[in-house]
Amino acid sequence: MAKTLFEKIWDEHVVVTEPDCPSVLYIDLHLIHEVTSPQAFKGLRDRGLKVRRPDRTVATVDHIIPTHDPKIGILDPQAKNLVAELTQGCRENKITFYGVGSHDQGIVHVIGPEKGYTQPGMTIVCGDSHTSTHGAFGALAFGIGTSEVEMVLATQTLLQKKPKTMEVRVDGALKKGVTAKDIILALIAKIGTGGGTGHCLEYRGAAIRALNMEERMTICNMSIEAGARAGLIAPDETTFKYLEGKPFAPKSFEHFKHYVTDEGATFDATVTIDGSALEPYITYGTHPGAGMPITGIIPKDTPQKMLDYMGLVAGKPLLGQPIDVVFIGSCTNSRITDLRAAASVLKGHKVKAPRVMVVPGSHIVKDQAEAEGLHTIFKEAGCEWREPGCSMCLAMNGDELKPGQYCVSTSNRNFEGRQGKGGRTLLASPLTAAASAIEGKVADVRRYL
Amino acid sequence: MDPITVFKGRSVGIPIANIDTDQITPARFLKGTEKKLAKAFFADWRFNPDGTPKADFPLNKPGAQGASILVAGDNYGCGSSREHAPWAMADYGIRAVISTSIADIHRSNCLKNGIIPIFVDAATHAEALAAAEKNLEFTVDLPNQTLVLPSGKKATFPIDAFAKKCLVQGLDELGYLRSHLPQVEAYEKRREPARA
Repeated sequence: MAKTLFEKIWDEHVVVTEPDCPSVLYIDLHLIHEVTSPQAFKGLRDRGLKVRRPDRTVATVDHIIPTHDPKIGILDPQAKNLVAELTQGCRENKITFYGVGSHDQGIVHVIGPEKGYTQPGMTIVCGDSHTSTHGAFGALAFGIGTSEVEMVLATQTLLQKKPKTMEVRVDGALKKGVTAKDIILALIAKIGTGGGTGHCLEYRGAAIRALNMEERMTICNMSIEAGARAGLIAPDETTFKYLEGKPFAPKSFEHFKHYVTDEGATFDATVTIDGSALEPYITYGTHPGAGMPITGIIPKDTPQKMLDYMGLVAGKPLLGQPIDVVFIGSCTNSRITDLRAAASVLKGHKVKAPRVMVVPGSHIVKDQAEAEGLHTIFKEAGCEWREPGCSMCLAMNGDELKPGQYCVSTSNRNFEGRQGKGGRTLLASPLTAAASAIEGKVADVRRYL
Repeated sequence: MDPITVFKGRSVGIPIANIDTDQITPARFLKGTEKKLAKAFFADWRFNPDGTPKADFPLNKPGAQGASILVAGDNYGCGSSREHAPWAMADYGIRAVISTSIADIHRSNCLKNGIIPIFVDAATHAEALAAAEKNLEFTVDLPNQTLVLPSGKKATFPIDAFAKKCLVQGLDELGYLRSHLPQVEAYEKRREPARA
């Protein structure tokens, strides 16, 4: 019987399904970080349990760590405590831990792929909704809550009800200045932040095939912003080329080749996007579905609460809106190709935006960028070149907007207060962020290309 | 967890669509390791910067005090997977949340903390929101999957059979998973022959 990619991975990981019960699903890889695991470790201790498969568990710190000079260290006592809790949990259970000061530390969804932990056909979970990122490799990857983190630590399984499937078809060649970020922002604007609820997405079509792995990660990363816990892209030669030589990747990729949707397999729903018609996108509101082409005008039916928070007016364009901060980073857009894209625009310019932060996703990304001289381009343009972490994506580590500030951000969420209480986030691609940094206002990158 | 069957409660309505978990529990409350997060519940919508309650926010109205049934706009609980959101809800005293749709991860997290996610159709939702504006009382009958609105109107709601069984009997999901460990071991032996 013809199966979708999702069904193949699902079927291979069901340990048992009892009548009237969700399936017991085996988890191949469990990624953990400091913010959503301390209560899970405590739960294990209270029950007298140990981590069942430490060899399938990988830990790092990313959400709460500062991105300032590492010599200063962590100043926030609560942050110190969370890191200490994770360190203790990992030590007690012999879990591989890329901690503060480790050369392999970085945002959990950046280091999983770059070290080769993330592989096609796997089930991957993490107490973080952007776990969907790993779907770019054809892995079924989704975010879980802390109770579920505890269950996976204790049993290496989860109870899951099989979701429905949705095909997202993106055909046509992208125009200059249009990126993976614009595809996903356009999708969320089209189907809404709840459009994918109950579904696993599979991104297909010529425009998806043409993307490199980091671009594919950007798309899968934001599946959750459309309400879908997971988004998949079938592995292909691009995937295998990326995996080649990664420390934990296998030497042969033959066994990954069947992780594709069979001819004739059907999806529960299909959405199509004409890639060739897309423009660079930007959000104007307080959820990721409130997005539009950069040359668009803010829709008349935008809720007043949203406009009031954003300090914007319906019927007006966003282009030319003065901004205070530009943030280039996060698990959506902090990888080397994102930094190269931003640097290609910024090269030779001085930024007019009062503050421009560039936060690489990991130390490996940071080193690579420095080897290529990108940090010099950023610094000469007037940007801050910072240490790796989640940083101003969720503003837990001290990197935050002041009330009322506008920020063009390459991150994934523009919720009220997400980047700091009262802060106003405009989500966009690294290209759009770089152009906006130069002009100190929302800008169309296409005049720089 | 204590078994949950039939309960009555005062309602409170937040008639806003796409309420995300960053609003339910803002990120700064994720720095602690405690689950006692009642003060975090809608903190930025509920309190002024000086900590005083915002008088016009539904949770702060005199009639809403002690409310345990939250009626929210469409697509409640989208965004971050933080279980700190249902921890804050539960600690505040919320026992059920009614909407037309609730985001997947948040729905799953609610169930693990004894909060019943109740999906209703648009017409029932409109009536529930209107009743919640007056903080009227609703009854939730979990065994019969029935919501009784203040008007006496009854609406059945879907809930996963296993989740219902866990809530009604006070069972623990982790206990269920652990009872299957022999099958998990057999599964691992099949897939990882080298390890065995």
